[in-house]
Amino acid sequence: MKELKVQPIKNGTVIDHITPGNALKVLKILGITEKYADSVISIAMNVVGKRGVKDIVKVENREIDPKEVNKIALIAPNATINIIRNYEVVEKYKVSIPDEIVGIVKCANPNCISNGKEPIETKFIVKSRNPLRIKCYYCEREAEDIASQII
Amino acid sequence: MKFEGRDVISIRDFSKEEILHILDVAEEMIPIAKGEKKSSLLNGYIMASLFFEPSTRTRLSFEAAMKRLGGGVIGFAQPGTTSMQKGETLADTIRTAESYCDVIVMRHPQEGSARMAAQFASVPVINGGDGAGHHPTQCLLDLFTIRREKGNIEGNTVALLGDLKYGRTVHSLAYALALFGVDMIFISPKELQMPKEVVEECREMGANIEVKNRIEDLGNVDVLYVTRIQRERFPDPGEYKKVAGSYRIDMDILKKAKEDMIIMHPLPRVDEISPEVDETKNAVYFKQTFNGVPVRMALLALVLGVVK
Repeated sequence: MKELKVQPIKNGTVIDHITPGNALKVLKILGITEKYADSVISIAMNVVGKRGVKDIVKVENREIDPKEVNKIALIAPNATINIIRNYEVVEKYKVSIPDEIVGIVKCANPNCISNGKEPIETKFIVKSRNPLRIKCYYCEREAEDIASQII
Repeated sequence: MKFEGRDVISIRDFSKEEILHILDVAEEMIPIAKGEKKSSLLNGYIMASLFFEPSTRTRLSFEAAMKRLGGGVIGFAQPGTTSMQKGETLADTIRTAESYCDVIVMRHPQEGSARMAAQFASVPVINGGDGAGHHPTQCLLDLFTIRREKGNIEGNTVALLGDLKYGRTVHSLAYALALFGVDMIFISPKELQMPKEVVEECREMGANIEVKNRIEDLGNVDVLYVTRIQRERFPDPGEYKKVAGSYRIDMDILKKAKEDMIIMHPLPRVDEISPEVDETKNAVYFKQTFNGVPVRMALLALVLGVVK
């Protein structure tokens, strides 16, 4: 953890290599602001690391579920997740985009059935990962600005 | 190839072989569709016809198809007469309808509505048009018409003319024709051009594609597929008139075309085909309308598992 400019944490999760400027969106996607009231959250933005500028998010005393974490791949495809126990990185992995994105992104088509009052969650099918292209399962329209459509 | 219990939401859900099988079954249905032969194939089956949006051809031909095969029809053509008016969701309407029928045919103004309905219904759902989304039975009857009139789908050059930008049914048709390796010419005003991704996808599938803004030479065209240029797409009515007028098919244009070129149109038409063309042997759009019946009969019989 020496490469990090901010204080190491004892236990919890460090999300590293977030695309610069997206740290707050990452928190929003993970719902961290509401669900993690008892955790100390540190955010570092525009940190110069070995591989260029990045954002970092640290969540103390919480190990974030990998499934949850994959959501952030939508806006920070290069992010890595470090699970920390007693100052040691015990697990480290890269985020990956799931095949289907359910309940995270809103369809931009106002006439799509998923934007009505129907009892369904939004659902997108991943067409390609690099570059990231996703298509609404219902109306089949491709999402253009994914970050701005995150629920 | 299994059709029993299947939903028909988009033409893309079907392989080339499956499409050809549907057309083969439709061929056998023709005498029944014409009323020359009586059938009780779907005797005891009920089709729910749920039309949340106006339709002439799709609804009438589906209902005719079901009745010609001896089946029953329930449903509505105006959502104002249903509990949707009281705020009921489409999901609940579908769950109600499915308990009264064996197959649902639906037209709804919102894109993706048919896909969602299929999620909630245990009986097959056939999409009769979902907003600007899909209209797979139109696509199938178009392919059926080309095959009947030209003997084959492959080997033809098809020109698609008119509003190619907004009509998703034209996009589905282009995809289906590309599946058969058909060469295509896309003719439209610049503002209403075929979306780039559709052109690219058809090319990737191996079809030769030409993109044009004007009707120039139709000399090598076997099938001319005309669509309506929608007035509402133009903010200036004067601009609409100018554009629409330059895409009108008349006898002068026909003189320069192949003698056996067929002219198709999904209808309704406004001004894009001159009425004098109706009397020529090139005009097949009313036959195309009839073809909706055998094609929809074939689909009903297949998804209900009565025909394999």
